[in-house]
Amino acid sequence: MKILVCMSVVPDTTTKISFIENNTKFNTQGVQFIINPYDELSLTKAIEIAEKNGGTVTVATVGLSDTEPVIRKALAIGANDAIRVNAEPKDGLQVASLLADIVKSNAYDLVLTGRESIDYNGGQICGLLAELLSWPAVNVCTKIEFENGNMQFERDIDGGRQNVTCSLPVIASAQKDLCEPRIPNMKGIMAARTKPLSVIEPNINETGSEYFQFENPVAKQAVRMIDANQAGDLINILKNEIKILS
Amino acid sequence: MIGIYAEISDGKFKKSVLEAASYANQMNSNGVVAFCVGSTNDDEIQKLSKYGVNKIVTIGSISFDSQNYTQILSKAIQKENIQTLILANTYEGKSIGPRLSIALNASLATNVISLPDMNQGFSVKRSVFSGKGFAYVKLIKDTKVIAITPNSIDLIERPTSISIENFDGAVSENKTNITSTHKAEGKIPLTEAEIVVSAGRGLKGPENWGMVEELANLLGAATACSKPVSDMGWRPHSEHVGQTGITIKPNLYIAIGISGAIQHLAGVSSSKVIVAINKDPEAPFFKAADIGIVGDAFEILPQIIAAAKLNLN
Repeated sequence: MKILVCMSVVPDTTTKISFIENNTKFNTQGVQFIINPYDELSLTKAIEIAEKNGGTVTVATVGLSDTEPVIRKALAIGANDAIRVNAEPKDGLQVASLLADIVKSNAYDLVLTGRESIDYNGGQICGLLAELLSWPAVNVCTKIEFENGNMQFERDIDGGRQNVTCSLPVIASAQKDLCEPRIPNMKGIMAARTKPLSVIEPNINETGSEYFQFENPVAKQAVRMIDANQAGDLINILKNEIKILS
Repeated sequence: MIGIYAEISDGKFKKSVLEAASYANQMNSNGVVAFCVGSTNDDEIQKLSKYGVNKIVTIGSISFDSQNYTQILSKAIQKENIQTLILANTYEGKSIGPRLSIALNASLATNVISLPDMNQGFSVKRSVFSGKGFAYVKLIKDTKVIAITPNSIDLIERPTSISIENFDGAVSENKTNITSTHKAEGKIPLTEAEIVVSAGRGLKGPENWGMVEELANLLGAATACSKPVSDMGWRPHSEHVGQTGITIKPNLYIAIGISGAIQHLAGVSSSKVIVAINKDPEAPFFKAADIGIVGDAFEILPQIIAAAKLNLN
């Protein structure tokens, strides 16, 4: 089975978010970049499926050369090879179009990605890519397995979960709970240095949107404290002052 | 014309559909058309007319498959000459919104929290960096698909009359097959809840969640938890709110025994009113909260529960 994992490189979850150049750009100074946590789950799952059923795992990222250390980490975790599309990610449509091109020219059976990136939180890639390829898709999966020649999924739906089956090829996105992310070992880190990482130039430049301004949430006013012995007053305040309870 | 996708859940339109209608009826247009798949009833359809929907296009029930839903919906939408399609960023909306944007050759914005600003072309505000920032994005294609975050648009009534039309279109066989569905009965979905009661390690163990659930029931709230609590298996992952869990923006968020690490705050900081209860007066949550109580959950919660029983309907 040929599996492609679409991976975003994102700021570490502890990053304090700030913006520069008149709030038009994310401030990357001092920021540690990581594999998008949901993509890390899809990568781990892809490796597990390939180990169990035979196959290869390729990681694809749209990003400039500064993403390569993070791509090497994906190789250390266990991907066989990697593709970097040498372009600055601009929006979901551009990234999905570039990824669709890779899928079309390499005959993958299964494409996995995360349910969203933790920087732009679009949650768009799975659906955009599926429609560009005319493939079926299963979004926000807590289970992804290849059993008896078919893919078996469990996905989140509003207020519950659902089991879904589908034959290959198919694209799916990973939700928390899918698996425990794998941590690279020394052997993996050594092997990653010589695994193939090919760089391709973008041949499509279609976008649907332009980001032009950012802002941070407005800081809260000072907290109003209630005495621990009068904790029941909370209900009174919420009901009669803030009028949020009835 | 503005279109809205009217997701049907157990024969009804959820609040998020009324939010999409309210969004659409505030945009400058010559009408709002709702599109739905599956069966509903006249009362529900009249409910949409209260929020400015002039026309509803109904499509016969088919089992959910994002590809086939997109195929038939995009045909119906194109027939109505829709320039902007509004849908809610629910799980179903997340599955079909991106696909529809490709099928309609549209610009797509998800997690949108504001009406469009026409002074900058056509731009919307969306939340980014898991609640730690906002971005303004210009949608450059003629057609637009906008997925709005539940609870971020106020309901605005604009009563009108509504016409009903059926759309008949052939779909191919579904490639994905749903084999079973499990829904928690009577539970409020976390992403749509207006009030959320959330607890962390301060509760000491899963056996103590009875108090949390009791308060949630009294307030008509959904329950949530912090990452360590779901990692330890005290509560299901589906309740985990925070940067790597679910991002929510209820009207009221009550955090009990959660310190307020930056990753947790990222998922909840857009809540309108935040109450933090923690025994550590230095807990970072007090800097992000509107109301704080310093004290042990086991002493504070019973007082709040008693007051809620006494004072709430």
